[in-house]
Amino acid sequence: MRLPSSRLWARLSAKRRSPIAGLVVLLMGLMFTGGAYAALSPALAQDGVSADAALIKQGRALFLVGCASCHGKNAEGILAENGQYGPPLVGVGAAAVDFQVGTGRMPLAAPGVQAPRKDPVFSEQETSALAAYVGSLGPGPSIPAAGNYDASDVSNESLVEGGQFFRTNCTACHNFAGSGGALPGGKQAPSLMGVSDKHMYEAMLTGPQQMPVFSEQVLAPGQKKDIIAYVNSLEEMPAAGGFALGYYGPVSEGLFAWVVGIGGLVGFAVWIGANSARSKKGKKA
Amino acid sequence: MTDKPDNQLAVPDPHTAVDPHAPSAADPIDNPGLPPHLPRPTDVDEAAEKRAERQVAAMFGLSAVFALLFCVAYFTLDIGEDLDTFMGLGAQNLALGTALGLSLLLIGIGAIQWARKLMSDNEIIEMRHPIASSEEDRTFSVAELRQGAEESGIARRPLIRNSLLGAMAMLGLPAIVALRDLGPLPGTKLEETVWRKGMRVVNDVSGTPIRPQEMEIGQLVNAEPEVFFEADEEGEPLYEGVELQQAKSKAAVILVKMQPMDITASPERENWGVNGILCFSKICTHVGCPISLWEQQTHHLLCPCHQSTFDLADNAKVIFGPAARALPQLEIGVDDEGYLIAMSDFKEPVGPSFWERG
Repeated sequence: MRLPSSRLWARLSAKRRSPIAGLVVLLMGLMFTGGAYAALSPALAQDGVSADAALIKQGRALFLVGCASCHGKNAEGILAENGQYGPPLVGVGAAAVDFQVGTGRMPLAAPGVQAPRKDPVFSEQETSALAAYVGSLGPGPSIPAAGNYDASDVSNESLVEGGQFFRTNCTACHNFAGSGGALPGGKQAPSLMGVSDKHMYEAMLTGPQQMPVFSEQVLAPGQKKDIIAYVNSLEEMPAAGGFALGYYGPVSEGLFAWVVGIGGLVGFAVWIGANSARSKKGKKA
Repeated sequence: MTDKPDNQLAVPDPHTAVDPHAPSAADPIDNPGLPPHLPRPTDVDEAAEKRAERQVAAMFGLSAVFALLFCVAYFTLDIGEDLDTFMGLGAQNLALGTALGLSLLLIGIGAIQWARKLMSDNEIIEMRHPIASSEEDRTFSVAELRQGAEESGIARRPLIRNSLLGAMAMLGLPAIVALRDLGPLPGTKLEETVWRKGMRVVNDVSGTPIRPQEMEIGQLVNAEPEVFFEADEEGEPLYEGVELQQAKSKAAVILVKMQPMDITASPERENWGVNGILCFSKICTHVGCPISLWEQQTHHLLCPCHQSTFDLADNAKVIFGPAARALPQLEIGVDDEGYLIAMSDFKEPVGPSFWERG
């Protein structure tokens, strides 16, 4: 690189004598760094910053009414004498709120080992406000885009792979037919029937309650979508083999066989014994 | 005291026939005897008898018709066709089940009807009697045995007796020699798996390697050794078919990530994990079911087969159920490219206990 000639150098130094030149350079530098930061900072933090401020404000108001009694006024969590009352929500992400509130699990009707699925208390708009507020508290998984979870256009090949992932990762708790199952201590893995694609995706992403997390790097978005497509295909599968009895396997089938099947046989035997062939009145010889 | 007390019950001699109809004076309550025998309508009314006969024959005939219908349905209806014909049931399944069920049921109902209406209607009483044979029979049998032993001379000819005993004992040897050849001995197969130092821990099904920072707190990964997804120079998988299944049944693992402060590792295992990520055998130590029912908040791993429960935060110790040993832990580390790898094979045999292991 060529250095400027001595004459040019002299001219520049002469200009630099202007009293505001230093201030201008400083201002320009600050503006440049600020702009560069805004452009290059991680998208996750930007989500929180640029989300609709009014939505966050509405979410905070709803949070103070519906959630703060357990999770604390600033979502910092409340510790009770006998352990955790409500866990802190900083960093759980908007996806966790959208799942918990969108499926009616939160707000809880009463503290207990299981937060059951019920009719949502908050409307869709209120749920998104709550999600925006909690999402703004710290970086966490955001609500997935519809393209990630919409499993209506999955090929047969992907469906088969989704089945393999499902049998490897999900069946231990949710059962081979996705109809759920029991966990220790009165807890349960819920049925997957009738759960929306978005909520299934959010559950895998955030690991609600006892469910483990399945992160995006280990179980890629496309693979999660295949699993969802497979669960949907289970839902549509006709029970060609007969009465499914809730697809709970030996529990409900055994109960049916013992109570209805063997009970029916015993009842039939008693009926035969109680009606003697010669007990018909009026026909005695 | 020569007179019998009045309240002493008469003990009937079981070998003398007692007429059950005759009331016994010694019973505190008079034996009412049997009610008078009433004939059935089919015994006295010929029309009723004919009708019952026709009923039974009709049921047997119908049963035959349903058996034929079963065969017709089997060949005319296709599997998977009309999957919800009736209350969500498939046409073929419904037809086959109904036809075969009715065919069997009608034979049963017909037989019951036959027995109740038409077969002989004698009422019989069988008195209880001692199980032992009579003294006479017993003496006779013992005498026969003695006579047989005497005539064979087995007591008088020890040479014959002893050589016979020796010959029968030797017959055990061919059995032992033949049975000991049943299949090769397992050798060290039960003690080792395909895990080696430096082998990557990859996600099951997809075979993608895993970096520690890709796992969240509370994450579960059903994992396999990378070698199951590798191929040789000709593109053939290194493991396939039965061999793959056998190797998989020992080498399958789960990776879990917990808050490092929640983990209470035993002193020699303190460096076996990476940033709160631990790796355990997926094979239950009770009878070998694959387990992945992990509760991320309690850190408990539950086997769905017999409810054995392991605390993964506490060296996978058994906290409930029939399993006798903790789940074996696989020591993991990170390779040059930042992926999770095994640091060695399992230090103890995986899966259920076996004879030599104790």
